Amino acid sequence: MAHYEFTMPVTEAEVRALRVNDTVTLQGTLYGIRDATQISLFDRGRTTRFDLRGHAVIHTAPNVKRVERSAAFPAGYAPLCVGTTTSDRMERFTEPLMQRCGVRLIIGKGGLREGSLAAFGGLGGAYLAIIGGTAALETTWIEAIEDVDLDDLNPESLWKFRVKGFGPLLVGMDSHGASLYADVRRHALERRAAALGSLGVKS
Amino acid sequence: MKLDLKQVEETAKELYIRALKLLPPDLKQGFDALAARETDAGAQRMLGTMIANIKVAEQTDNLLCQDTGIPIYNVVIGRGVEVDGPALKQAIRRGCERATREHPFRSSVVHPVTRSNEHTSCGRGIPVIALDFSEREETLEIEMIPKGSGSENNSFLRMAIPAEGSDAIKRFVIDCVLEAGGKTCPPTIVGVGVGGTADLCVHLAKVAATRPLGSSCDDPEGAKLETDLTCAVNLLGVGPQGLGGDSTAFAVHVETAATHITMNPVAVNMQCHSARRARATFRPGGVEYGY
Repeated sequence: MAHYEFTMPVTEAEVRALRVNDTVTLQGTLYGIRDATQISLFDRGRTTRFDLRGHAVIHTAPNVKRVERSAAFPAGYAPLCVGTTTSDRMERFTEPLMQRCGVRLIIGKGGLREGSLAAFGGLGGAYLAIIGGTAALETTWIEAIEDVDLDDLNPESLWKFRVKGFGPLLVGMDSHGASLYADVRRHALERRAAALGSLGVKS
Repeated sequence: MKLDLKQVEETAKELYIRALKLLPPDLKQGFDALAARETDAGAQRMLGTMIANIKVAEQTDNLLCQDTGIPIYNVVIGRGVEVDGPALKQAIRRGCERATREHPFRSSVVHPVTRSNEHTSCGRGIPVIALDFSEREETLEIEMIPKGSGSENNSFLRMAIPAEGSDAIKRFVIDCVLEAGGKTCPPTIVGVGVGGTADLCVHLAKVAATRPLGSSCDDPEGAKLETDLTCAVNLLGVGPQGLGGDSTAFAVHVETAATHITMNPVAVNMQCHSARRARATFRPGGVEYGY
């Protein structure tokens, strides 16, 4: 259970070194992405001017406030509350995010499925778990919104955040075929009969 | 008591903001109770982070969670309250819009087909405004619940049949919690509706999921199910965030209604650990805020 400090972007080798239960803290750039962003990119053929190669994306749609552009607010947005959404809805976008955009790390909550695990193994990626519903804390790790693309999708725009000490995040799925979510699910299914038995119900 | 609709609008605005920032005391106690008996070290750390987040939100005057949810206003009108019903609903809707624009925070509400967002947290039929009545003299209560989507997306209905008995209810609840895994932001409050029509059953599940921790079903049969199911779901080991541990649910809450001789409906609606709720009580002397 090692801890890693990553200044983004990272290389394939750095990501392949990660194992489930390791922890990671990010510095520098982090991109925010959501359902509508990925539907636009991968189903509707839109493109982004951002270079996501080697970067991390977080499943988010932040609360922001429009402000005057300045050095502190280069995109004209102040981050008010930046949190994380359930990843599972975006399962089918993991492979194109990695294959077409070169993304290496996906940050989310609740985990992803077998297709994503295969993509992490085949292309060199990992899933970093954040604790959902703790956005007030997460917001203290965001320094600024540096830029924004596809902003007609607001709040599901493609956000470019500058982060400082973003973590520690738990490696929940790695490039070696391990998934903490699959492990917990398998154990929970094994306990189903005992839970039903406690209620006097046959499984 | 004649209701001042301008005050209702202000209160509807204030309630949304308060709900997003201040977690009710029963939830804080619920976290302490889970943390006291959690045996998994990782789960213990996650509960600690969730508890720390509640403090950070208070200290930084920030929202607890980024999900501003679907706004729900539950209005209970007592005796001797004089109010223009349609104007009351309009005032609540205006307050909801103003909270979103003036705070500001994210409007999480879109048209279901076009997906367009008016950036007001309002739309067709939203906010949900549910009206009910009570015996309380000269009292009107508004409860505001921002219902997050991670938990709401894990809502289930099964029209079981009488021959399956109450075992069908219990099995369904266990399987829904298994199916939801970490997607609902556990630990959750698992709301269970038992009986009624299909729509009433789902509504009961929502009422159960959003009831304060520590409250119990006023039907003794429902209360017994609550006790038994709370123990059973916490045997599954789903744990906080679906990453393992004892703390899968704060509680299972049940609400019941009579049903048809041929029916045995059961519904599950879940509430995430950020189980936000705010309440305002209007009396002749003024408005009082609570949870």
